[in-house]
Order: sequence, then structure tokens, then C-alpha cells
Amino acid sequence: MKLLLTFLTVFILTYSSFAQNEEALLQKVKAKMEKVNDYEAAGVMKLDVSFIKAPDSKVTIFFKKPNKFKVKKADGISILPKGGVSVNTASLLPVGSYQTIPGGKAVVDGISTTIIKLIPADEASDIVLSTLYIDEKEAVIRKAVVNTKESGGYEIGMSYRKYTTWGLPDKVIFSFNTKDYKLPKGITFEYEKGGAKPVDDKSKNKKGSVTIVYESYKINKGVEEKNFL
Amino acid sequence: MLTLTRIELFKIFKKARTYIAFGAIGAIIILIQLAMYADGESYLEFMLGNINTAFEIEGNKLNGYFVFYLILHTLLVHVPLLICLVAGDAVAGEANMGTLRLLVTKPISRTGLILSKFLASSIYTLLLLTFMAVLGLGVSVALFGVSDLMVQKSDMFILLDKADVLWRYAAAYGFAALSMITVAAVAFLFSVFADNSIGPIIAAMSVVIVATILTTMDIPIFNALKPYLFTNHMLNWKGFFDNPVDLREVLKSAGVLVLHIVLFVSLAVYFFRKKDVLS
Repeated sequence: MKLLLTFLTVFILTYSSFAQNEEALLQKVKAKMEKVNDYEAAGVMKLDVSFIKAPDSKVTIFFKKPNKFKVKKADGISILPKGGVSVNTASLLPVGSYQTIPGGKAVVDGISTTIIKLIPADEASDIVLSTLYIDEKEAVIRKAVVNTKESGGYEIGMSYRKYTTWGLPDKVIFSFNTKDYKLPKGITFEYEKGGAKPVDDKSKNKKGSVTIVYESYKINKGVEEKNFL
Repeated sequence: MLTLTRIELFKIFKKARTYIAFGAIGAIIILIQLAMYADGESYLEFMLGNINTAFEIEGNKLNGYFVFYLILHTLLVHVPLLICLVAGDAVAGEANMGTLRLLVTKPISRTGLILSKFLASSIYTLLLLTFMAVLGLGVSVALFGVSDLMVQKSDMFILLDKADVLWRYAAAYGFAALSMITVAAVAFLFSVFADNSIGPIIAAMSVVIVATILTTMDIPIFNALKPYLFTNHMLNWKGFFDNPVDLREVLKSAGVLVLHIVLFVSLAVYFFRKKDVLS
């Protein structure tokens, strides 16, 4: 009995010390991001979805605390997946109470990261589980896998270069699942090529991605509200 | 030949029915533009319903390029019917009025006469398309401004950069001209056989309607027929709004249409030369 009690005490102490470590790391990442009140960034957006053909476009990205985020193409049209607000790294960190679970270590793009799983305590939260891959040395999130109730699962990969001190990425890749897209030809009045039609491979992995390469940031210079309309 | 064509054009534009097509096209274009101006967002919501469930589309979606594409999508199916009104009347109308016999007694070749009539019908067709392009694109751009163009296909959603759109419209205009001249050639051929313009006009309209229905119905038995229907190839003006443009398919369709024009006009010349003109 004494042995069992000792084992349990050691286990609880070890677990809570790990949890404290993870929490401290999260706070470190958060503190870095807290320095950014707003930004206006210029970048290039690339959309890769099997049924959408859109050219790479120059975009302006606006962010304002706590979670206002907008991607705009000047005089043009931009397409983002719903839930695309998470292309913004600040939204990856939880608001309100949550539970952290240590997930061990992993290597992302050749960089050693610490895995932290986050479970929001709020039952109304759309996010069910977030798994963050945190670069301890730079205190930045390198990768995140998020499972939601409404939008399914998505993954965000981030790489950093010039703006690491602000915790802002130079490149974000947002990967998501896509659904089928079909419209009747009676509506589209389309030309029929003839010949055998390609068989629709249902088993094909229907994944899509949005890549934003940030070229420059204007940090904490103020962003007007109208940019988020 | 030039003088004959000019005379034929004079005859065409002296008839009130010639202006029905201009009036109808003008009215449809203005109605579409007004409807889009008043409640275009609802139409967009309906049109993008499929894609809006998964994606957020930001920007000036309801722009002049989009409205003009919508106008072309609607009108290029119906304009052939209006073209039949003039092309079907070209020879049969003269026979009906009793002037054809007089005309063929003049010291001009029958081939020259029939070709000048076809040329005049083709010029009328081009004028109608130009009117449609100027009114459709010009007013739409003035009302809605310019932005990237969204194009929906049955299995694809295409977004074209606004700087990459105008040349496509110019190319589509050229292709549409070929398509409409093909319809004019069908009506013109029928016109040679009749002494009353109603017959060839209705016959040509019927051919266009039946072939269009076969083209648009996505039923396997009809799908096998589609590569042989000129109405199917007429729809390939949309090929210029693909990215990248499948030039081989577009040129193939253009070639098929040119062949149809040559065939129908040759038959018209052949039968007119042999025709016993009694009226």
C-alpha cells in the first residue's frame, strides 16, 4: 500500500511539473505574440484546391488584437477556406480556460519541437483539440493540427525568418479537407469534348491548401477598422 | 460583289424586322444589368451556393466582367433565333415579294448574287454581336466596375485575374461570330428552298432548338451525339475562359464551325444555281 501511494505521488508530481513546463512554454509563446497589437503585411497567396483554378495573387493581410484578421486582394477577389481565420497564428492560442497535455517531442522541418495538446474547457468552443508543435528555442509555433466541430480538421505549418522576434511567420501553409464540387451541365451550358470521361476517383485524397508568403510587415503602426469589413 | 453586298445590306436595314433583334437584345441586356444592380447579391449567393459552404470569397464579385459573362451565357443561346429572322428571309423574302425572278434576270451571276446575300447576312450578324458586346460590356463595366472574373464550370471554379480577361472577351467575340454565322448559314440554306420566309425561319429555329436541347441534356445517349452537333461546338467560346485555354479543342470547334459554314453556303449556292425561279 505504501509503495502504491509513493508511486501515485511521484506520478502526480511528475505530471504536474510537466504540465507546468508546458504552461510556461505556452506563456512564453503568448508573451511574444502579445507584443504585436496589429499589423499590415504584404504577401503572395497561392490556393491549391483540385476544383479551383485561381492565379497566385498579391494580397494584403490585416491583423488587430484580439482576433481580427483579413486577407484582401487589391481590386480583386480572394478565396479562403472557411475557418481560414486560423491562417493567423494568434488565433491558435486558446482564449479562456483550457487543459494542456504534454505530447512529447517531434521534428518539424528539421527543427526540434515540443508537442502540446490543448483541450478548451468551454463546451461551446468550436475547437475540440489543438496540437501545437512549439519551437522552444525561438518560442514560436512551427506547426498546429486543429480539430473542430464545424469545419473538420486542418493543419497549419509555419516557417520563420525575418520576423521571428515578433513571433510572426514568413510563410504559412494552411491545409484542409475539401468536398466534391459538381454543377449540372444543363446549368453551365458547357461544351462536350466527347470520348471516354475520366472516372472520378472517390478514394482520392481531397485535400486543399492555402499558402501565404509574407514579404513584409508593418507592425504596431495601427490598422483602420474599415480594413476588416 | 461589293456593290451587290451594299445593296443587300440596304434591303436588310430597310426592313423593320431587322431591328427586332437589336431591340430584343438591348432590352434583355438592360434588364439583366438592372436586375443585377438591384439584387445581384442574391443571385450571387444562389450561384455560389455550392462553393460558399466551404470557402469565403472576398472582393468585388459582382463586377462588370462577371455581369457581361452572365449576359453572354444567357444571350448566346438565344441570339441564334434572332439571326434566323434575317438570314431565313434573305432569298425566300425576295421570292415572297416576287422580286427574285426580276433579280436573276439581271446581268449578274447567280453565285455572286447568293454570296452577296450571305455576306450581307453575315455582316448583319456581326453588327448584332458588336451591339451586344458594346452595350453588354461597356454599360456593365460603367455600372459595376472591374475586378477578377469568376467562372463556374460543372466540375471547376475558375478565377481569372482582371488583367487577363479582356483578351478572352475579344477572342470569344471572334468565336461567337463564327458560331452565329453558322446559324445564319443554316437559315440561309433553308431560305433558298422556300418562297415564303416563315418556312425557313421556323425550320432553322427548330434545328437550332432541337440541337441545343440535345447539347444541354446530360444523358449518355445524347452525349454520344454531341461531338457531331454544331450547337455543341458553338458553346466552345467558353473555352477562352478556361485556364489554361485548351487551344486544340477551341481550334477544333472553330474548324468544325467553318466546315459547317462552307458546307451550308456551298449547298445554298449549288441549289440556287439549279433553282427554277418562278416567283
